Amino acid sequence: MDVVYILALRQLKRYLRARARIIGSLGQPILFLVALGFGFGRTFAKAGGGNYIQFLTPGIISMGILFTAVFTGIEIIWDRQFGFLKETLVAPVSRLQIVLGRTLGGAGVAMIQGMIVALVCFIAGFRFENPALLPVALVFMFLISLLFTSVGTVVGSILEDLHAFPLIMNFLVMPLFFFSGALFPVQDLPKALRVAVGINPLSYGVDGLRGAMSHGTLFGLGTDFIVLGILTAILLSIGSYFFSRIQL
Amino acid sequence: MIEVHDLVKNFGEFRAVDHISFVVPAGRIFGFLGPNGAGKTTTIKMLTTVLKPTSGTMLIDGHDPMHEQHLVRSSFGIVFQDPSLDSELTALENLELHGVLYRVPSHERKIRIEKLLRFVELWERRRDFVKNFSGGMKRRLEIARALLHVPKVLFLDEPTLGLDPQTRIHIWDYIRALNREQHITVFFTTHYMEEAERVADEIAIIDRGKIIEQGTPASLKEKTGTQSLEDAFIALTGYAIRDEEVSPVDRMRTIGKVWGR
Repeated sequence: MDVVYILALRQLKRYLRARARIIGSLGQPILFLVALGFGFGRTFAKAGGGNYIQFLTPGIISMGILFTAVFTGIEIIWDRQFGFLKETLVAPVSRLQIVLGRTLGGAGVAMIQGMIVALVCFIAGFRFENPALLPVALVFMFLISLLFTSVGTVVGSILEDLHAFPLIMNFLVMPLFFFSGALFPVQDLPKALRVAVGINPLSYGVDGLRGAMSHGTLFGLGTDFIVLGILTAILLSIGSYFFSRIQL
Repeated sequence: MIEVHDLVKNFGEFRAVDHISFVVPAGRIFGFLGPNGAGKTTTIKMLTTVLKPTSGTMLIDGHDPMHEQHLVRSSFGIVFQDPSLDSELTALENLELHGVLYRVPSHERKIRIEKLLRFVELWERRRDFVKNFSGGMKRRLEIARALLHVPKVLFLDEPTLGLDPQTRIHIWDYIRALNREQHITVFFTTHYMEEAERVADEIAIIDRGKIIEQGTPASLKEKTGTQSLEDAFIALTGYAIRDEEVSPVDRMRTIGKVWGR
């Protein structure tokens, strides 16, 4: 347990010391929030969708978490190239402990980033519709963090090329984000896109978070929780498997 | 302390280590020398559990690196060829992390960390980030770190590479002091023959994956009729410059490129 804790703590310390990283990764969610939130707000309300900031906030928080979480995977490649990975791999601890520590640390980082984004959304005018559901919102934020950190772990363990990582991730992450219901309601989309939304894990995160924070859910909080929970367990296992196969 | 018998490692069709055997008794300083690409680092990787041998047996302090990984891992400390510190953490944090990974109890951790940091003369800099350290300071910190869990064997893969003569002398002084006072067995590789001659009790010379000569520095000079270990080394391994790929993996890539596989 100590091992998992200290490795997770290492990730958090590295993150909190990199101010530029925190501020830099806030840029994109804020841009989306301001541009879309105020740009589409009127139209959305006129079309009968209600307050757009209320709708958008869970999506923007998910976005902040998603991007931060998957990009923590790059630290595996980084540590492999700059040596620190060796230090952990020759230590008398199991690979599972190492990968759990790293993944939980990465998820913690993504979670903090999500909370900072949430704070920005409050400043922009978002209000909780039912403050009693705050713990539920935190659970969903954590599940999204853990799921996508695991995705980062899988890709980071397979790839050795530091430069390929962002390219591949962008290719993967942008569609996940756009077709998750983060930005617009998905009920009235064409059938093919609705299917895409249905198989996108992030959809369940966004939906759960939205259910807990503001607008009510599409799939139901229970379904969201079960789907996310199962997927997280699967991805975490796959991540551990690929990580344990890393050779120096 | 280290026993290697008939060890072989193939990378595809390339044989990096070719039936080597040697024994390092406890408390000795053993120099493992050879030209670039001779198989030194590959051998260290196998001894330190991170690479599986193709065949052969190894024992470290009576344990098998392949099947008793955790026991073997707790019994050695290692300084890798390239740095493996977390440069975003402080010197103290790097050692703390190592102590937790090796399950050194926290009260003991504190005492040992202070002792080791004073030993390598970095105590005053303990709260500085490693990214602000010079190459020599990083090396000293890595040596301190490798000793934190009181290993029986210390592996040093070219510990003085790229350091100035002053730092190199200091580093070998630390290592000899450790060996004298705590009887730690030391297994090192280096390209600086005068260092090996000064420090090692025994030397093995490996070339193209095979051990071609083994003995004390004096006996190697005697056998080859030379005045210095450097001359003995050249007499044994020849003048030709070795074309080396950085690692066996690179070598495999090169083979793949050439043969289209």
